[in-house]
Amino acid sequence: MGVLELIQSLEGHKGRVWNVCWHPSGETLASCGEDKSIRIWMHDKSKWVIKSILLEGHSRTIREVSWSPCGNYIASCSFDATVAIWDQKSGQFECNTTLEGHENEVKSISWSASGQLLATCSRDKSVWVWEVTDDDYECAAVINAHTQDVKKVRWHPEKDILASASYDDTVKIFKEDTSSSDFICVATLASHTSTVWSLSFDKTGNRLVTCSDDQTLKIWHQYEPGNEMGIPTPDNEPVWKCVCTLSGYHSRTVYDVDWCKLTGLIVTSCGDDVIRVFREEDDSDVHQPTFSLVCKLDNAHTQDVNCSQWNPVTPGLIASCSDDGTVKLWSYSD
Amino acid sequence: MSRPLDNPNPKIYPKLEEKLSVNEQIEDIPRNADAVDARRVFELLRNITDPEHPLTLEQLNVVEQRLIEVDNEKNQINVQFTPTIPHCSMATLIGLSIRTQLLRKISPKFKVSVTVTPGTHVSEAAVNKQLGDKERVAAALENEFLCNVIEQCLESTEEL
Repeated sequence: MGVLELIQSLEGHKGRVWNVCWHPSGETLASCGEDKSIRIWMHDKSKWVIKSILLEGHSRTIREVSWSPCGNYIASCSFDATVAIWDQKSGQFECNTTLEGHENEVKSISWSASGQLLATCSRDKSVWVWEVTDDDYECAAVINAHTQDVKKVRWHPEKDILASASYDDTVKIFKEDTSSSDFICVATLASHTSTVWSLSFDKTGNRLVTCSDDQTLKIWHQYEPGNEMGIPTPDNEPVWKCVCTLSGYHSRTVYDVDWCKLTGLIVTSCGDDVIRVFREEDDSDVHQPTFSLVCKLDNAHTQDVNCSQWNPVTPGLIASCSDDGTVKLWSYSD
Repeated sequence: MSRPLDNPNPKIYPKLEEKLSVNEQIEDIPRNADAVDARRVFELLRNITDPEHPLTLEQLNVVEQRLIEVDNEKNQINVQFTPTIPHCSMATLIGLSIRTQLLRKISPKFKVSVTVTPGTHVSEAAVNKQLGDKERVAAALENEFLCNVIEQCLESTEEL
């Protein structure tokens, strides 16, 4: 069994902390929540310390923050229906762009690998794709594919392929249609029996893990046209198949899941206050993979865990946040 | 501006005080006033005002002590509420008032679930899903209009 060791608890937020996001360098962490602030934490000698507190970007809860791949921008989205883009050209972070268009709460935000596309989603059921050129953000697509609230958007680790998770219990995959240059839904992943709260690609982008209010995790595998398994691919589009369901591990809603691009480990954040780590077994068959629970830390937080993210540079380093108002840093070891 | 009421003539049930005067035995059961049990939760909820009528959820039999479960070992509270009619459009709002009251008055260590009593509402599954989604609940409570309505429902619960 693996071990999760607490490195430090970061205090400062007032009320629920919804989300944390590592800077691409792995040396800085951003967090956000109910108190309408974004906090930026840095490693200084032996301790993590607060570096800055960003206020006045939003008038309601900040649901998610995301560093751009270049590390120079932070995008944040809020229940106030807006998206804010923060840059530090003046030496400190300032909000210089606000993106409006969603009708109500914006719940998730994601930069594509190139940093040239930004995706957002909302309770208004739509997913928006914004084109980024220098400091200009132009709406490139409004996708109305889900029938309910869209909870999460995430880009493929390399390609301009987008995945979204929804209150309508499905995950959808979108890509740009070469003829119309519109984003279209190319796959619907249906198998969860309640809200899909989050998702994460593996490092190749050929697999996805999703987590849900149905208390399960599901692993999905992409089959390209002409795949060796002979799985039919209508319209010459890849199909996504659920190849593994991990049930019986979580006792309440699973709010977040992150697939580590360095180690292949999966970390989950659950409403039962527990952080869990799963590892794919060595003899696992990709078409029927097996994962085992290698670590379960009870009372990782004193209330629901909302988000846990692997550090992109240091293997085993995790940041988590919770309704209990804290951000915690953990070190995982086998 | 006033729209027709969903249920213009609800059946009215006696309040705890009225029941106590006819059956004083209920009061004889010794209990710790600080302990969280079904009775304590019921006390917190029974005086919530119905959004449509100047009556309490107790008087309308929307909340009942027998439909409240408290598990102090698992730190879990389950409240079932019964809309007065199966197509009540106020069901979500009533559930939200119950949730808000518990959010404010009960220790955050408790995992609270608020659901419609099975078989008593046409949109039971949809109402339950909405009340179980903490993100939607949090967003609703930041909505000024909704918040005012809920405040009005909760006003009468303040202990004298």
